[in-house]
Amino acid sequence: MQIILNGKPRALPEGASVAQLLESLGLAGEMVAVERNLEIVPRAERALALLKEGDQVEVLRFMGGGR
Amino acid sequence: MTMGSSDGLLEIAGKRFSSRLLIGTGSYASFAEMQACHRASGAEIATVAVGRHDLSQGPGDSVLKHIDRSRITLLPNTAGAYTAAEAVRLARLSREALGTEWVKLEVLGNPTTLWPDVAETLAACRTLVREGFIVLPYTTDDLVVAKRLEDEGAAAVMPLGSMIGSGLGVLNPVTLSLIIQAARVPVIVDAGVGQASDAALAMELGADGVLLNSAVALCQDPVSMAQAMGLAVRAGRLSFLSGRIAKKTYATPSSPGAGLQG
Repeated sequence: MQIILNGKPRALPEGASVAQLLESLGLAGEMVAVERNLEIVPRAERALALLKEGDQVEVLRFMGGGR
Repeated sequence: MTMGSSDGLLEIAGKRFSSRLLIGTGSYASFAEMQACHRASGAEIATVAVGRHDLSQGPGDSVLKHIDRSRITLLPNTAGAYTAAEAVRLARLSREALGTEWVKLEVLGNPTTLWPDVAETLAACRTLVREGFIVLPYTTDDLVVAKRLEDEGAAAVMPLGSMIGSGLGVLNPVTLSLIIQAARVPVIVDAGVGQASDAALAMELGADGVLLNSAVALCQDPVSMAQAMGLAVRAGRLSFLSGRIAKKTYATPSSPGAGLQG
């Protein structure tokens, strides 16, 4: 199946979870936030949150910033 | 003046910090340099921004790995937001990723001046306070707006000294003083600092703290400037607490002048 990850199409195995997506990105242990179709997927629910064809997923990380 | 400070400590929302300097994490030549600057500055609060990384390049590095969390409290900001809704979204994402309720709220109204949009900032502040966030809003040096933010439950107010990244220092010490005198929450001067004397001046006006980034990150010797900023904030605070002499338009000798000329 295909999802839109950070604005770009990405192929994933059928029924992949958000946790599996993060693992495939090498971000499993990182402090990231995940939004699916504009709703936050809480950390505790990532293993159970299954992705569907066409889901819009945003994985957000922390960058340098300030003034 | 605020009730927030005692014993020289900066207190925001019940949390105490021994440094009154807050520092950014952007625009450094490298994470190593940023870390050296953080150390040299003595700052205990650092701002970070949540954003979209290019994931096609692999997981990459994260700024969080280069911040000494044993000493530094993270203050995620809502950089990039131009509406209250965007700022609220970024704050929620930051809370989810970092597990902190603290947020530096910034909602800008104009891309050239990066001037705060105070109407959107007030609206976002109200929502975020209701959702349990500890909100530190970036705002103009406008007393009425600062008091409105305080009324909405802001944990501190962060008026600008001058435009973000401008290095123009504190352009209106009078209006900043009005905010400092009227505020019940801590006042952190945020934006515009260009050199150490700007930070010292803000503190001499009675500010509770100073937040800066570009002045250190983009100068010729960032580590040295970081140390200078840490010293300036302390010097300015001590100077403020010492109660300066009154300004006069006539001279008063400091050494005895009588009886020597006979």
